[in-house]
Amino acid sequence: MALLEIRNLTRRFGTLEAVKDVSLFIEAGEFFTLLGPSGCGKTTILRMIAGFDAPDAGEILLDGVSLAGVPPERRPLHTVFQSYALFPHMTVAGNIAFPLEMAGKSALEIRRRVGETLALVHLEDKAASFPHELSGGQKQRVALARGLVNQPRLLLLDEPLGALDAKLRVEMQIELIALQREVGITFIFVTHSQQEALALSHRIAVMRDGRVEQCDEPDQLYTQPANRFVADFIGKINLIEVEVRSSSKVLLGLHATGLGEIAATDARPIAVGERGVFALRPELIRVFGHRESADLKNRFEGVVRELLYLGDVTLYKVELANGALIEALMPNAAPGRAKFHEVGDAVAVCWRHDAGVYLRN
Amino acid sequence: MNRPPPSPRPKGGGDYGSPPKGGSGLLAGAALGRPGGGAGRFWLWAASLATYAFLYIPLAVVVLFSFNDSLLNAEWVGFTTRWYVKLLHDDDMLRAAANSLLIALVSSSVSTVLGAMAGLAMHRYRPRWLPFLVLTPVAMPEILLGVSLLLFFRQVLDLSLGLFSILVAHITFSIGFVAVIVRARLAGMDESIFEAARDLGATPWATFRRITLPLIMPALMAGFLMAFTLSIDDFVITFFVAGVGVNTLPLQIYSMIKVAVTPEVNAISTLLMALTLTLILAASRFAPDVLKARQ
Amino acid sequence: MTAPRTQPAGLSKWVVTLPPTVFLLAFFLLPALIVVLAGFRETGEFGGLAPVDSVAALSLDAYRFLLGDVIYLEIFARSFLVATLTTLICIVLAYPLAWLIARSPRQRRDFLVLLVILPFASNFLVRIYAWIMLLGPANLLYTPFAVIVGMVYAHLPFMVLPLYTNLEKHDPALLEAAQDLGADAWTRFWRVTFPLSLPGIFSGSALVFIPVLGMFAVPELLGGTGDILIGNLIKEQFLENRDWPLGSALSIMLTACVLALAGLAAWAAKRGLHGTEAVT
Repeated sequence: MALLEIRNLTRRFGTLEAVKDVSLFIEAGEFFTLLGPSGCGKTTILRMIAGFDAPDAGEILLDGVSLAGVPPERRPLHTVFQSYALFPHMTVAGNIAFPLEMAGKSALEIRRRVGETLALVHLEDKAASFPHELSGGQKQRVALARGLVNQPRLLLLDEPLGALDAKLRVEMQIELIALQREVGITFIFVTHSQQEALALSHRIAVMRDGRVEQCDEPDQLYTQPANRFVADFIGKINLIEVEVRSSSKVLLGLHATGLGEIAATDARPIAVGERGVFALRPELIRVFGHRESADLKNRFEGVVRELLYLGDVTLYKVELANGALIEALMPNAAPGRAKFHEVGDAVAVCWRHDAGVYLRN
Repeated sequence: MNRPPPSPRPKGGGDYGSPPKGGSGLLAGAALGRPGGGAGRFWLWAASLATYAFLYIPLAVVVLFSFNDSLLNAEWVGFTTRWYVKLLHDDDMLRAAANSLLIALVSSSVSTVLGAMAGLAMHRYRPRWLPFLVLTPVAMPEILLGVSLLLFFRQVLDLSLGLFSILVAHITFSIGFVAVIVRARLAGMDESIFEAARDLGATPWATFRRITLPLIMPALMAGFLMAFTLSIDDFVITFFVAGVGVNTLPLQIYSMIKVAVTPEVNAISTLLMALTLTLILAASRFAPDVLKARQ
Repeated sequence: MTAPRTQPAGLSKWVVTLPPTVFLLAFFLLPALIVVLAGFRETGEFGGLAPVDSVAALSLDAYRFLLGDVIYLEIFARSFLVATLTTLICIVLAYPLAWLIARSPRQRRDFLVLLVILPFASNFLVRIYAWIMLLGPANLLYTPFAVIVGMVYAHLPFMVLPLYTNLEKHDPALLEAAQDLGADAWTRFWRVTFPLSLPGIFSGSALVFIPVLGMFAVPELLGGTGDILIGNLIKEQFLENRDWPLGSALSIMLTACVLALAGLAAWAAKRGLHGTEAVT
């Protein structure tokens, strides 16, 4: 049995359907992420799990028991708020002790558990500080400690890294993974950052307009997006409009207008004549000088129109014969050589036949 | 409030290519807002100082003559504290002072509780009718509140006027001030801390006691002191609802200055001024915006 | 985030909302409604209001009486005149002061504002008494001049503060831009600063004009017999003549004036806002 079951959850605000018939199963010990652009309903789901909002239809079950009608304070789960929501009039230790006091723990146990949890987030020396004396990263740790100290069944994290600067965010991501592994508590994480979701999660549910578009492991989402939205939302991707010309077992023959035949793979039975898009990650495309030979089936001539030197990699925008721009990402791995092509160079772009995915419309 | 940072200002009009054309007098320096704007700046300062003088000289005269050793407030004779000593032996005055303190204490306590509730309700639940009920008594001319309560107590409740009617009147106009201060305090806080408390296991009552109450405490203190000052200072409304039996300090001063100008009035005025000044400054320490709330 | 915060509000909502609401309904709204009713009642035998059972119908006597005697219209007109004069003098006195404060270094501003407010720590009657002391020896007491001085003195900070709040938000770059575009100091004031400060002037005027209309203590203590205003008239009906219907009718007329003025000020401020987005 899943730890948390969300069944056909729906929430309306006036005429707006913020959450539409969402069903999710979250297993114990999982780091689960709700990912989507702002307004997609992910925070609303989190607030319904926490008990600050009630669904119009559907239910939420924890360990098989419905949470309907249970007020937030009686739910065995805690939330880490985007603003941290630290109590400004209490010290760090006071903040962390708060859930233990509310649970009626003894003074001795409270002192022990607060000490342990402070050690867990490396803030032993800040116990007597007030929130306004802490840095953003430290506040973040206190909020985590406060949410974890009572060993909840579930920790909900609402964009907890949103307020941190880029460098600190990466550090906190690493800490968060380690922390979750150490305490073994199930995390449900809400974010709009696909990079953050990919880096942290065991599984991700990608949401749009109140619906779950795809729920899968990060690498599956990245390499096998279920549809155009997911492909486009996660990472950079080239989308080429195509028509299916042939389909045999795993081999798929696609035709792009003005470009020609593209060889791809797909295990599904697909009807010839169907229209869709071919999705291809930039880092799976190789760019060769047009006279260099490449033993790849998919090879198209083009001209470099723009390039973006990014240090470790270079992004090439190549105009193909049909006028479409295709983006390719090449590592600058050769010693002594910054980049391989210049703007205006005639080149050939190539990729393996299993590099891209065909997506139905 | 979004105060613009003090911006570096040009040293002279010449920096801008087109020097000021024929600007003169008060406006030349003022319009530019330059610290060293020459003649214009001088006139701006002069006008402002004159206005400050207009505000302070009359009060300074009142205080000064409370120490004047002469029954006539006409010319300075010599220093004395005998008017203050005389005050201490004036039974009417002492009774009025005791009444004023009692009324102020009770009415400010009650209006702090009711005002805090109103402030919380306006911030959190936003009922439409409440701001109207709470703020109108503050905004309308005092005389209207006074006569309506006079009519209500005498005609409808058929009560004789006295302590009770004064208390009710003072509470009615103080609620608004407390509510505004409390609401301002709540508006400046992150709403999610109240949710966080619930989320971490606190019942609504525990959330109020452990989180909300400590956080609005400065506003409650400021509101209480504000209400206390308003009550002890109020003349107009008290004048209508006091009846014949109960006297307060402002009413006592009124009946004295209607008759004559005496140094004793200066003395009690000075004392009252010192008291309210202290209270207001204390209130503004708890909530810096409280002074502005007074308007 | 973007999700609306809707928390099921149960008992606690009523615990905090009901007590102040009930208190104010009982002691503010109900008395106010009774004044409205009283304006349509007859005077009782011994003053006050006639008992309800003896007067079945409401009467317009009080209003008829008010409109029938030109003296009442005169007093209303005089009240408006005094209020207008007071407001104008307050604007003239407050403008330079508000401007000086708004353009002072930041750390000095709060202190200068405090200096404007502090005289208000003194009792209202003490402030009037001060002028009795000052004007008496100069033989200016009990004159219309004394009334205006007292009114201005009692209300000046109400003009300074909103005006300062407005002027403080002006971007100095606006004036520099105007100067750069060739406006002289006089033009800069009338074409830039003054129009932008209108919302401040409007709200300050409402804060001065409205209380002045209802004031009775200043004319009573500083003015002569010919200087009485609406406030004195109302006070007289309730405390001396015991003609409560007339007093109530006067109160209603005063309320109507106040509401009209408050509406006007709100409208003006709103209209003014369209042109002053740069300020707010």
